[in-house]
Amino acid sequence: MSAVIDDHGHADHAHGPAKGLMRWVLTTNHKDIGTLYLWFAFCMFLLGGSFAMVIRAELFQPGLQIVQPEFFNQMTTMHGLVMVFGAVMPAFVGLANWMIPLMVGAPDMALPRMNNFSFWLLPAAFLLLVSTLFSPGGGPNFGWTFYAPLSTTYAPESVTFFIFAIHLMGISSIMGAINVVATILNLRAPGMTLMKMPLFVWTWLITAFLLIAVMPVLAGCVTMMLMDIHFGTSFFSAAGGGDPVLFQHVFWFFGHPEVYIMILPAFGAVSQIIPAFARKPLFGYTSMVYATASIAFLSFIVWAHHMFVVGIPLVGELFFMYATMLIAVPTGVKVFNWASTMWQGSMTFETPMLFAVAFVILFSIGGFSGLMLAIAPADFQYQDTYFVVAHFHYVLVPGAIFGIFASAYYWLPKWTGHMYDETLGKLHFWLSFVGMNLTFFPMHFVGLAGMPRRIPDYNLQFADFNMVSSIGAFMFGATQIFFLFIVIKTIRGGEPAPAKPWDGAEGLEWSVPSPAPYHTFTTPPEVK
Amino acid sequence: MADSISLKKLVTCLLLVVVAMFVFGFALVPIYDVMCKAFGINGKTGGQYQGEQVVDTSRQVRVQFLSTNTADMPWDFYPKHDELTANPGAVNEMVFIARNPTDKPMSAQAVPSIAPSNAAAFFHKTECFCFTQQVLQPGEQIEMPVRFIVDRDMPKEVKHLTLSYTLFDITARHPPVAVNTGG
Repeated sequence: MSAVIDDHGHADHAHGPAKGLMRWVLTTNHKDIGTLYLWFAFCMFLLGGSFAMVIRAELFQPGLQIVQPEFFNQMTTMHGLVMVFGAVMPAFVGLANWMIPLMVGAPDMALPRMNNFSFWLLPAAFLLLVSTLFSPGGGPNFGWTFYAPLSTTYAPESVTFFIFAIHLMGISSIMGAINVVATILNLRAPGMTLMKMPLFVWTWLITAFLLIAVMPVLAGCVTMMLMDIHFGTSFFSAAGGGDPVLFQHVFWFFGHPEVYIMILPAFGAVSQIIPAFARKPLFGYTSMVYATASIAFLSFIVWAHHMFVVGIPLVGELFFMYATMLIAVPTGVKVFNWASTMWQGSMTFETPMLFAVAFVILFSIGGFSGLMLAIAPADFQYQDTYFVVAHFHYVLVPGAIFGIFASAYYWLPKWTGHMYDETLGKLHFWLSFVGMNLTFFPMHFVGLAGMPRRIPDYNLQFADFNMVSSIGAFMFGATQIFFLFIVIKTIRGGEPAPAKPWDGAEGLEWSVPSPAPYHTFTTPPEVK
Repeated sequence: MADSISLKKLVTCLLLVVVAMFVFGFALVPIYDVMCKAFGINGKTGGQYQGEQVVDTSRQVRVQFLSTNTADMPWDFYPKHDELTANPGAVNEMVFIARNPTDKPMSAQAVPSIAPSNAAAFFHKTECFCFTQQVLQPGEQIEMPVRFIVDRDMPKEVKHLTLSYTLFDITARHPPVAVNTGG
C-alpha cells in the first residue's frame, strides 16, 4: 500500500497520514475518523440550524408570511431529524473516536476498518434524507417522531427514502457502538481497570450499550412502516387489525433511551472538565458510574410517559409517572457531585469551564421541566405545547450541545496543537448563553398558556414572546458561524499548546504531545 | 489484556444482541396485542364471548353508541338508537345501519373501542359485525346487529359506557366480489 509511505523515508513505524483526498476516504485512523465525524456533525448542525431559522422566521409574527404550512411541517421534521441523528449523535461518536483510544491508552479503535465504514454511511444517509426536500410532494412532514398513520397512510411519496436513510443511520450507529464497546473492553492499557477509567469513557460505554439495544428496535419500527406502505401488512393500520398506538409504543421504546444516548456522553465530558478547572478530583466517582448505569436502566421502563394522553389505564399512568420521577434521583446525584466538585475548588473560568457550568445549571432547568411533564395529570395540559419544546431544547441545547462545545474547547489544543483565542471563546460562550435563553425561556410561558407546537401560525396573545424567541434564535444561529471562525483560526495558528494545557487536567490523553501524533500508544502505557 | 475475552467473541456477542433486539421490535407486536387483551386496556375488546350470566337487576348502566367513518370512507354508517340502558348480565342488542352510496361494490371493516378503557375487559360481545368484514353492492343497505353483555363484575363506579365503531374502507386490500345483478 503506497498510501502509507511517508515522504521522510523513515524506516520506523512513525507513519504520517497519506496525502490528498484519499487520506480521508480510506483512513482507518481513529483521529482522522474522529475529525471526519466532528466536521460532518458541524455541517449538519448548521443545516439543521438553518431549518430552525426558517421556523423562527415564520414564527416571528403571527400569520403566514414566509413559508406555506406544508413546507413548515417539513422544516420542523427535518430540523429534528438532522439535529438528533446528524448533529448530536455523530458529534459524540466523533469525540469518542478521538478521545477514547487516547484516554484508555489504546493505539486505535478495535475495529478500524468498520470505523471507516460506519462514518461513510452517514453522508449517504443524509444525502438521501435531505434530497427528499426536492422531491415531488416534499420531504418528511410528519414530525421527527413520525407517528403512524401520518408517516404511513398520509405520508408523502418520499417516505421510503426517509425509511432507508434511518436504516443507514441505524447501521452506522450500531457499528460505531460495537466499536466503542470492543475498544473499551479489549484495548485498555495494562493497569487501567474498569473503575479507573475516565468518566467520559464510562458514560460512552453505557451509551454504546444503549445504542446496541435500541437502534435495532428503531430499525424494526421503520421496517414495519415500510411493509405497511409497500407490502400490504397492517402493523399500524387499524383497518387491517393493527393499531397506530402500537407505533408509539415501539417508537418510544427506542425514543426514550435515545434521549439518554444524546446526553450521557455530555455527562461524561462535563465530569472530565469540571475537575480540571476546579483543580480537585471528581467528587463521588463511583456514585457517578452507578448513577449513569441506573439512568440507562430506568430509560427502558419509562417510555409511555410520552403517551399519557393516548388512553393508557390509570395503573399504567401511575407506573410510568413514578418511574419517570425516579430518574431524578440518579440525575440529582450527578448534579450534586458536580456541585461538590466545584465546592472549595480553585476555580478558573476558561471557555470549557464556562460551558460546563452553564451545562449544569441550564440542564437542571430542563430536568425540572421534565419532572413537571412527568406528572401525568399535568401532562394532559402540557402535551404537544411549546412547554414540551422548551423542555427538550433545554436538555438538548445547553445539555448535549453545550457539552459538545465544552469538549471541543477542552480538547482543541490536543487536536490542533494550538490554543484557541480565549477572548473569542468567551464571547462565543456568552452570545450562545444569552441567545439560547432568549430563544427557549419564553417558550415555557407560551406553552403553559396553550400555544401548540408544530403549527406555523399562532394566536395574537403569543406574539411578543415569539418575537423574543425568534430574535434569540437568530442570535444563537449567527453565533455558531462565529464558532466555525474560532475553530478555523485555531487550526491555522495560535499560541502553541503544551502537552497538558490545563493544569488541573488528568488523564492519559495529556501525556502525549499536542497536537497528538498520528499514531499514539503503539506501546501501551503503564497505568498505576 | 490477557484476561479479556477475544475480540471475535465479543463482537459476535454484540451482533447477536443487535439481532435479538431487532427481533424483539417485531415481538412487541404480539406482546402488545396479548397485553391489551389480557388487561382489557386501550379500549380493546376481546373476541366472541361464549358464556352466559345471571342478570343483575340491582343496577343499570347507560351504554352509548358512536360511529365514525375514517377519511375518504363514503358509507352512511350509524346506530339505530344513540343509547340504551342495560342491566349487567343481560344480553342486549343494538342494530347499526350501513349503506354504500357509491356505484361500486366496496368492503369495510369496523373496529370497536370502549371508553372508559378500564371497562373494556367487562364488555362482552356475543355477536358483532366487527368479527367479519362487510361487503356492500352499489346502493345496498344492511342492518348489522351487535349483541353484548355487560359483565356483572364491572366496577361499580362505571355507570356510563361508550361503544364506538370506526369504519375503514378496505376495498383495496380485500376486493369485493361484484354480484351480477342481471342473473
